[in-house]
Amino acid sequence: MTLPRAALLLSLALGLAACSSPARFGAGGPGADGAPLSAGGGFGSGADGVTSGPLDPASPEYFSQTVGDRVLFAVDQSTLNDEARRALSAQAQWLMSNPGYTAIVEGHADEQGTREYNLALGARRAASARDYLVAQGVAASRLRTVTYGKERPIEVCSTEACYAQNRRAVTVIAAGAAVS
Amino acid sequence: MTLLRFLIAAILATAAFAQVTAPARAQDGPLRIEITEGVIEPLPFALPTFIAETPEAQSWAQRITDVVAADLTGTGLFRRIPSDAFVTQVTQFTPSVTYANWKAINAQALITGAVSVTGGQISVKFRLFDVFSEAPLGEGLQFGGTEQSWRRLAHKVSDAVYSRITGETGYFDSRVVFVSEQGPKNARQKRLAVMDYDGANVQYLTDSGSLVLAPRFSPTGDRVLYTSYETGFPQIYELNVGSVSRTQLPVPAESMTFAPRYAPDGRTIVFSAAINGNTDIYSLVPGSAPRQLTNAPSIETAPSYSPDGSQIVFESDRSGSPQLYVMPAGGGEPRRISFGEGRYGTPVWSPRGDLIAFTKQNAGRFHIGVMRTDGSEERLLTASFLDEGPTWAPNGRVIMFTRESAGAGGQPGLFSVDVSGRNLKQVPTPNAASDPAWSPLLP
Repeated sequence: MTLPRAALLLSLALGLAACSSPARFGAGGPGADGAPLSAGGGFGSGADGVTSGPLDPASPEYFSQTVGDRVLFAVDQSTLNDEARRALSAQAQWLMSNPGYTAIVEGHADEQGTREYNLALGARRAASARDYLVAQGVAASRLRTVTYGKERPIEVCSTEACYAQNRRAVTVIAAGAAVS
Repeated sequence: MTLLRFLIAAILATAAFAQVTAPARAQDGPLRIEITEGVIEPLPFALPTFIAETPEAQSWAQRITDVVAADLTGTGLFRRIPSDAFVTQVTQFTPSVTYANWKAINAQALITGAVSVTGGQISVKFRLFDVFSEAPLGEGLQFGGTEQSWRRLAHKVSDAVYSRITGETGYFDSRVVFVSEQGPKNARQKRLAVMDYDGANVQYLTDSGSLVLAPRFSPTGDRVLYTSYETGFPQIYELNVGSVSRTQLPVPAESMTFAPRYAPDGRTIVFSAAINGNTDIYSLVPGSAPRQLTNAPSIETAPSYSPDGSQIVFESDRSGSPQLYVMPAGGGEPRRISFGEGRYGTPVWSPRGDLIAFTKQNAGRFHIGVMRTDGSEERLLTASFLDEGPTWAPNGRVIMFTRESAGAGGQPGLFSVDVSGRNLKQVPTPNAASDPAWSPLLP
């Protein structure tokens, strides 16, 4: 897939996502210029040609919402459990079906640890997820890793319910050429 | 009791690592300095407002006196006697005083001073008297500077007084680099900032566009090492504090780098690099390629040089949980030094060389603690939901650290505690703050 094609898909997907509540959007929104919304089989044409429908399976939104963009880890661990391996297999399949995208695998930790240890732990988790994707066939050149340590929790409470969600590796899809 | 006795008492309190639960309170009876199970009775001192020797010096004299008083009382070692208790007022800066007048109010020390202002330049003179020995303690001293530097002049007076009474160097004329934080917990904005040790004169060194972490001052206080996400990935940078210009440092290929610290030579740095998920410690001498100091599949991070530059203490989970290790500065077989319960991190070698401060996590609580460099005589100084990241005052007597509160609204702030465990208090900052690193004593 070429870069412009990926960019087009991305903008279409954004248009579709924005139209998930059709009543709130009218003329002027992305896709309102009558551009064909072929990918994903949009239906339910509304005023001004705006359509609504399921996410484009080739869109980053589909990846994050339907395929699932994250795996969770036990305290201090970076090993992948069965659930994580299943999730990463699905991610790998999507990435191989959509070769125009690259991805950054983010590693995160909960707040129960020092800042710098958690940076190292996040790097370990991101690499663990990345290595599994590569083993499933995704070209390593399409993946980069980054650690956020405990700097970017997704849940903000200070109990295990939140910590469990924060000990994660998240695959963030980006359009563009392979990273070197 | 004389000032000398107080000096000995204060040193004993440090050497014996006496357990202390709360700062001593002033008693109703006669003031004395005693150690009772490690509790030091603060030394009562009289500090009449410094004399204004020129008309424009009036407000400066008041402000400088206030800062000296705050410095000294802020240590928990001294207690200021209110001026309305004075038998006599000081109206002239003279070399002799009537000791009986100060004995009468049980002042152990008397500090007198004078301030003059000419052409935007401030001059501060002071004298220190040992009231019960009826003798000056050291010569009078004079400090000069611009009006902008008035707080530094006050801190210099405090450092001299502190040093003469305790026999140790002071730490008041120093700065702290830290991370100023704003915004919700899941989208925190962070900026590098510097302030005086007491929270005054905050200046920002970076904008909030990129996440920044864990700064460290150079041994000369003119540069700062830190980690920034400005490329989208954590990388180490050096920032010149005066010009606020920053340089990205040469690091191993394909690495994320963090936890940079200076060696005592101020040129060599040591840092962590994560390559393919594995974090090891590297050193970097300007003009040379990075050199790998540890080589293990475990996490090696949070390095800190001994003050003589010969050894590095760091954190590693090679045993299965994070513990502290010491290795030669050039790399080599590490020796584990932490053996207590729980997890240990962020070791920082004291500028005196005798102790290592650390973060400890045990049974759901965080502590700041100290141990000898062989790991013996571990003592925990604090306990809370989350304490981490100790930094030493330049004289090795006080530790500043980050304390963060729990929950969705949890915020970090800066706290300090005496190495004996006394005098825990928050350092005021304009916003939430974390990752303090103390400068050396300024020249």
